[in-house]
Amino acid sequence: MAFALILFPLVMAGLAAAIPSNRLRPWMLPVTATAHLAMVFLALLRPEPGDGAGWLVLDPPGRLVLLVVSVLFLFCSFYAVGYLHHRQERSNRVFCTCLMSFLGIMSLVTWSHHLGLMWVAIETSTLVTAPLIYFNRTQQSIEATWKYLLVGSVGIALALLGTLFLAYSSLHAGLEATLTYENLLQHAPQLSKPWLHGAFVLLLVGYGTKMGLAPMHTWKPDAYGEAPGVVGAIFAGGVTSCAFLALLRVYHICAAAGESAYTSRLLLVMGLFSMAVAGLFMIGQRDFKRMLAYSSVEHMGILALGLGIGGPALFGTLLHVVTNGLTKGVLFLSAGNIHRAYGSKSIDQVRGAMRRLPVSGTLFLVGFLAITGSPPFGPFISEFAILNGAMDAGRYVVAGLFLLLLLVVFIGMGATVLQAVQGRPPSEVRHTPYHDGLLTAAPIVILMLLVLLLGLYIPAPLKTLLNDAVCFLEVRP
Amino acid sequence: MTQQLNALLMLVLAINLFALGTSRILALIRVVAVQGAVLGILPLLVHQQLTLPVIITVVLTIALKGLVIPAIMLRALRDAQIKREVEPLIGFLPSIILGALATAAALLFAGQLPLAPQHSGSLLAPTSIATVLAGFILLTTRYKALTQVVGYLVLENGIFIFGMLLIEVMPLVVEMGVLLDLFVGIFVICIITNHINRAFSSMDTRRLVTLKE
Repeated sequence: MAFALILFPLVMAGLAAAIPSNRLRPWMLPVTATAHLAMVFLALLRPEPGDGAGWLVLDPPGRLVLLVVSVLFLFCSFYAVGYLHHRQERSNRVFCTCLMSFLGIMSLVTWSHHLGLMWVAIETSTLVTAPLIYFNRTQQSIEATWKYLLVGSVGIALALLGTLFLAYSSLHAGLEATLTYENLLQHAPQLSKPWLHGAFVLLLVGYGTKMGLAPMHTWKPDAYGEAPGVVGAIFAGGVTSCAFLALLRVYHICAAAGESAYTSRLLLVMGLFSMAVAGLFMIGQRDFKRMLAYSSVEHMGILALGLGIGGPALFGTLLHVVTNGLTKGVLFLSAGNIHRAYGSKSIDQVRGAMRRLPVSGTLFLVGFLAITGSPPFGPFISEFAILNGAMDAGRYVVAGLFLLLLLVVFIGMGATVLQAVQGRPPSEVRHTPYHDGLLTAAPIVILMLLVLLLGLYIPAPLKTLLNDAVCFLEVRP
Repeated sequence: MTQQLNALLMLVLAINLFALGTSRILALIRVVAVQGAVLGILPLLVHQQLTLPVIITVVLTIALKGLVIPAIMLRALRDAQIKREVEPLIGFLPSIILGALATAAALLFAGQLPLAPQHSGSLLAPTSIATVLAGFILLTTRYKALTQVVGYLVLENGIFIFGMLLIEVMPLVVEMGVLLDLFVGIFVICIITNHINRAFSSMDTRRLVTLKE
């Protein structure tokens, strides 16, 4: 099953590169995504009996991230068909090929239980996603791609050094040097502490760059701002979730080694700092796509914070991976539609989006309410669970700061979003060709309904999956 | 064995300093190619037995770091028609001094590091740290896009040296994956530098300032 999930999208990517028709090629995306999601369900329903010592193992956190990214990718793929229909003037060969390759590489990240292999997969995902940012071929998109590649590559290089440090910590302890997840977990208490500390810092910086934690987030507003909306959705819900999974594995090893105190201090500082930076830059932000990028920085901060609190907040943190991923899909896809209709992503030009695009405009507003943690949507439940976890763990100061920063973000983001959706649209944009169509609006509506569903009721299988993942992370060998 | 190894590592350190001090990008690319080839020899000295994975690693490292990647960069340089890095953030002489200080700090720091007994006599750990730092200095103080790519390559070289401490651990597949990723990464970055050059008529990254708050 692992090979099917990883190789199938890659084969389809190869086929997409070979198909000459610009009109038919995008349809391969939904075909691939549907088949992939079907296989994911099969893999989740029937876990393969294995000794759990191979390189490719699907552990509970991996299952969760695989599910989120596959679901998000499905909706994005239908949207992409609609989006690319409006962009027939440009060849979408590279775009489709890279998107499908990303799905395969992402599956590899969730399955890989060898930290070296995981690094290779994450670095490859950087490379296949770079051309997606460059789709528009403007000077700005070159600049964004350049920053993404350079900052991302350097960050990920540090993660490689951290991975080597981790292997050395087992070698120095007199054990046989290893990089498989199982072996490291098993021998975690014996690992050499100085090397383990060094490894954690480097891996936090490295995979944190990929997630977009402040202060390594500098590529993020540029990349998200210049990339098409659908790419933003895949980045904010998919790439970041995969990088978080990598960080989760490292965190697990350190926790098993009895170093929770050390890691949680760093994670808490990083998480709160990310939220604060995001809040500051969101206030007075005129570009609504950049605003969404800062919102992503904020939510990565929340994930790091939840991990830093640990124990009682783990359930909420893992749930937040799901709710944040899906809500980011709603926001970026609807923002992409608004950008298309107005030909601008600055609120100096964008006004009255709810009148000009009743569906996308409304979804953008509702998506904003959801992501900032308003009830009754999914992120409210997950953020509330993290807050509860902080209280249970006795971290009252952290909980207070968390609430304060959420409020700052709500105000900052609200001002921009309300200006964009309210009022009357300027007369010159009333007759631009773009209107909400079935393919560009329906996927967002369904995503939004999923986010609402998660806020009202968490389906039993998902709850089991989350509880399994929490149990898996809390096991101390 | 350790003596020959350390001699090669001294050469790597010297190349770092030369790379920091030169303004000619052609010379910079060439000298980093030499560094890549030297790194390719290291596995032979570190690993006592001559096994097939070691030979494959040696051949591929020399081919990629010593020949293919420099060739790609030389091509990008020719297309861009630039010769020199002008007015870096930190001048060339101060860069050398900074690099030397970083090397000294790395030597001192590595003395404090708890190393496994079989690695105590070698310069692998300090050279690795010093090379990573030299790469960082190149990356952050130079403005030409291509010079920054060379800085990234030097940084990766530093990590490769650290990998020598663990040559038995990394299975061949992963090792190849790392090398391939590096290669494709540099390839993609060089394509982008080319586009920067065409879109901005310059490779100066100071022109990339339209996106900011």
